[in-house]
Amino acid sequence: MTKEIRLMKGNEAMAEAAILAGVDAYFGYPITPQSEIIEYLMSANTAERTGMQVLQAESEIASINMVYGAAGCGKRALTSSSSPGISLKMEGISYLAGAELPCVIVNVVRAGPGLATIQPSQSDYFQAVKGGGHGDYKLIVLAPSTVQESVDFMRLAFDLAFRYRNPVMILTDGIIGQMMEKVELFEQQPRLSEAPEWATRGKKPGEKSTVVTSLHLESEDMEQVNLRLQAKYREVEKNEVRFESYRCEDAEVLFVAFGSSARIARKAMDLARMKGIRAGLLRPITLYPFPVDEVRRLAGQVSGMLTVEMNAGQMVEDVRLAVNGRTPVEHFGRFGGMIPGPDETLKALESRLEEWHKKQPAQAE
Amino acid sequence: MAEQSIISPENLVYKKTEVMTDRELHYCPGCGHGTAHRMLAEAIDELGIQSETIGVAPVGCSVLAYYYLNVDMQEAAHGRAPAVATGIKRVLPEKYVFTYQGDGDLAAIGTSETIHACNRGENILIVFINNGIYGMTGGQMAPTTLPGMKSSTCPMGRDVKTMGNPLKITELVAQLPGTYYVTRQSVHTPGNARKARRAMKKALEYQKENKGTCLVEVVSNCPSGWKMNPVDSNKWMEENMFPFYPLGDIKVPGKGLVNGGKDGR
Repeated sequence: MTKEIRLMKGNEAMAEAAILAGVDAYFGYPITPQSEIIEYLMSANTAERTGMQVLQAESEIASINMVYGAAGCGKRALTSSSSPGISLKMEGISYLAGAELPCVIVNVVRAGPGLATIQPSQSDYFQAVKGGGHGDYKLIVLAPSTVQESVDFMRLAFDLAFRYRNPVMILTDGIIGQMMEKVELFEQQPRLSEAPEWATRGKKPGEKSTVVTSLHLESEDMEQVNLRLQAKYREVEKNEVRFESYRCEDAEVLFVAFGSSARIARKAMDLARMKGIRAGLLRPITLYPFPVDEVRRLAGQVSGMLTVEMNAGQMVEDVRLAVNGRTPVEHFGRFGGMIPGPDETLKALESRLEEWHKKQPAQAE
Repeated sequence: MAEQSIISPENLVYKKTEVMTDRELHYCPGCGHGTAHRMLAEAIDELGIQSETIGVAPVGCSVLAYYYLNVDMQEAAHGRAPAVATGIKRVLPEKYVFTYQGDGDLAAIGTSETIHACNRGENILIVFINNGIYGMTGGQMAPTTLPGMKSSTCPMGRDVKTMGNPLKITELVAQLPGTYYVTRQSVHTPGNARKARRAMKKALEYQKENKGTCLVEVVSNCPSGWKMNPVDSNKWMEENMFPFYPLGDIKVPGKGLVNGGKDGR
């Protein structure tokens, strides 16, 4: 059987993927550049296709709390927004993490801070990977760099969310959300039929009632909850790191970039190779858990690393933490909705080569 | 009659519903929350829907309502209970869903969620406890604090010129086509408590028929926040709260707004 290839816009492809992934409910609020997600779902006759509920809420705050309610019933619940809207959702996201509820949040990032511009950016990296809301918690963060990955990660995101009872964020941007690419869709997945034991579905006679909460008034209890969460995050870090390497085997210098920036960095890498510079590219796919070990390993091989980000330098901090001083790590970025070109990215690399080579090149041991 | 025979099971005329747990209530002595909980629990019990009911607890004094109400429950962020309830009801439309919220939760920080859930006519029951004050945080001004009433954040009394007027959110949501049954009750006497229970039971019955949002306000006391003993607080409530928040139905199925929705009479 030949697989169906379709040409789809990133946002619409994610919406279709949500239906195909057997998502039970979507709650959202319009914001550019991701409104196509709710528009697509509203016109896709989801009630008839799979029974998926789609509701336009009165606010981002209401929509994330609707997600909380549906997720607390053990259902697959989805919301999407863009940067300012994600800030509004952060209260609810913290509660979801605290109550250990699975759900998926899509952030089609636009430039900030404030209302800023609707143009693409990666300036919500910190907010996504460091928690974002109050308290010690982590989101699992997936960063697609193609429309195909946007589709595939929707299903993966729900698998991870339910495996770890944790919110998962798909961190994408206005480039991938708005552009059209060919995609291969996966087969329709059934909606969940069984209720997880932690879900509120009505108290069974003779059994204790089920409570979904993040409230633990006794500090001793709250510490235990935090320890459990941290243990879960260590498991996630052990099991779920995902990344992709391009020509890293013989690389002397390394680009590190995620999402749409990785596509630009890859072009810059090709240009560098044509000029005889042995460049490689590491593309983190999970931003949390971050590919710490792989970055550390490559630090022993290359004379320097350059992160390429559409922000003022955010992921660069995680790369530096992983490298821990073993090799120079620098940042090249455009921001405010400006997209770096391959030529200026290559120039940014070239401008650092001399200094990097002056330093004792790290030897692989 | 010997004492033993009086307390034998066949002489039992009234007992605690199983929809209330055995846990000791944390509420202050004389507070209306315990009775309001019990009336809701009895309404659920009378309808035999304990295993089909999912509740949403607020932030406020009743944040731990799930300690006492023996049904599956979710704890919402401050003010967000109607949105959480919407999420529950949309994925489990066959269940009975209620929120239990205080005045700060429902009529200040959660005004938007309250109005829009009511406007969509979500098939949920909202139980709204109005005691005119923030109890849990120590007696600050609430959106429902009466003009001139003292609280820790209006120690000279609420000055409506700078602090705004008390919000009659129950009358407000009664105006919306999405609400089906809106009523204001109290639980400070046995008769009033029974009426409140009947109102909650009716609201849950309407939910089964998918009639829209039902809101039962319970005007209640706060002896600690009002700095009165329980008896005085009930008297003060009758003399001061009831004239401003009159008891009775505000929107009745089939008849619409009572008295033009102006008040509960």
